[in-house]
Amino acid sequence: MKRWIAFWNILVKDMRTYYLKPPNISWGLIFPLAWTGMFFVKSGAGPESLLALLPGVVALSVLFGTTSLLAVTVTFEKRNRSFERLLLAPLSLELLLLAKTGGAIIFGVANAFVPVIMAACLADLSHIAWSTFVPAVLLIAVASTFLGLVIAVAVSEVFEAQTFSNFFRFPMVFLCGLFFPVESLPLFLRPLSYVLPLTYGADLLHGAVDSTNALPPVLDVSALALFCLGLFVASLGNVKRKWIL
Amino acid sequence: MNRVRRGSASAAPYPKNMTATAISAEGLAKHFGEVAAVESVTFSVLRGEVFGLLGPNGAGKTTTINMLTGLARPDAGTIRIAGLDCTARPRAAQHLIGVVPDDNNLYPELTGFDNLRFCAALYGMRKAERQGRARELLDAFGLAEAAGGKFGGYSRGMKRKLTLAAGIIHQPEILFLDEPTTGLDVASARQIRQLLADLHRAGTTIFLTTHYLEEAERLCDRIAFLVAGRIVRTDTVENLLQLVRGRYVVQVTCTRTPPSLAEKLTAAFPDFGFDTAKPGLIRVEATGPVHVGPLVRFLEEAGAEVVEAVRLRPSLEDVFVQITGIEAEAMRKEKERVRSGE
Repeated sequence: MKRWIAFWNILVKDMRTYYLKPPNISWGLIFPLAWTGMFFVKSGAGPESLLALLPGVVALSVLFGTTSLLAVTVTFEKRNRSFERLLLAPLSLELLLLAKTGGAIIFGVANAFVPVIMAACLADLSHIAWSTFVPAVLLIAVASTFLGLVIAVAVSEVFEAQTFSNFFRFPMVFLCGLFFPVESLPLFLRPLSYVLPLTYGADLLHGAVDSTNALPPVLDVSALALFCLGLFVASLGNVKRKWIL
Repeated sequence: MNRVRRGSASAAPYPKNMTATAISAEGLAKHFGEVAAVESVTFSVLRGEVFGLLGPNGAGKTTTINMLTGLARPDAGTIRIAGLDCTARPRAAQHLIGVVPDDNNLYPELTGFDNLRFCAALYGMRKAERQGRARELLDAFGLAEAAGGKFGGYSRGMKRKLTLAAGIIHQPEILFLDEPTTGLDVASARQIRQLLADLHRAGTTIFLTTHYLEEAERLCDRIAFLVAGRIVRTDTVENLLQLVRGRYVVQVTCTRTPPSLAEKLTAAFPDFGFDTAKPGLIRVEATGPVHVGPLVRFLEEAGAEVVEAVRLRPSLEDVFVQITGIEAEAMRKEKERVRSGE
């Protein structure tokens, strides 16, 4: 019970303290919406084309939202040494990292529904398979958060975390089938797509929104679960190796 | 300052097989690349004792504390905290210890009250208990009026006091403090020393590092001198002071001193040692009583204006200088310089 009190309070403190920090607003909300607006205007299509853009912008919102938040909650606290307080608490490292990432996962899921709510005002979303869509958002949020954790643990400054994140985030925008299918990429780039977690998340979302998924949902879910596990184990190892010297 | 209780109701109990030794370190070593930060460090701290680790900047004090508290893994040696083997499992005793780091590392965005409540929650304290304990400590440290202010806006003294309060929020049996009063004004440092004395009386085991030798002399039961990563001496304060009991030290204050005074003094009084490094102060050391009359007359004839001459009680500083060869004043200045980021 005591461990869960600690877990819950770490999560709530991060949500209260960091959700409205400028990097999270700019990278987590404004950037994905601006990106979508650009695609929408460029396509010249009407509101009905929004559905085709929705999986991409949802995945983008989750990816940028979670990775930006981790850069603040983990890297910033490590830099001002307040993270040591958490390391000194009678809490397993696994639970501690889950508490630190929990706030980012919730932030990512909430971020995903900002474009969904906006789209609901302009288009008919009744055909979306929500039973696939919501778990897909959650899985993308978990995988992106753990990717953010790997990055946040690897650097020492918040700006480094944001910059390092962009090395992964921007290629993913083009390589993961968010706005155009992976099949339309040059052949030599396609293998790269399939080693990035967002490809599987975006595919799940495409399947839920307009049934245009390229892979079986079971494969998407399994791949995302594997990415989550691998990234979490890598972060845990990094914390043990780099922060407990 | 109000007294701070360390009640037993919510304090984490020692394990039943707990011996009289609260902290035991044997053969500790830690290297950073080629540099040996700590080498063959062995000591034990008894339950309820105040143990001081003294040494200059870079001696390995913080590395030692980090190893004891689970923030660093020793390359060699064993650590037992309250009888628990923390060598293989560095975090095994986290529920028994409180740590006050040398940095005030609370959360700048949170208020003083919220910081304490959050730290209490990290130790699994329930809501009512953590609110009550936070209020109690804010009162005890004279921070009640600033409780609603953000930690980032606190003065250095207020930050230090709140950091200390956070370290004892869960009433730990063993408290580690890294330079608890460095950079504080006299009043705040005194408050903190009073608090540590209260905790000591209440039975808390205290392990502290400091470079203020007079503070260590006042607070500690036993002291270890750490130099270049190695412990050069561990003993009770009383036994350490015995080393300099046979020495006589007189300090002469002058408003004006002529040049080449040290050479003239040494020539005139060959049995005495003279230190004239500080302007206006002459420190005289001898193995027998120093008769100040001839000394003062000589100084005035040499052109000095003597204001006063006092005999100094031998202090831990003298012991430290004798054992380590390091001037305490130089150590203090170096530490202050590092802390102020020069």
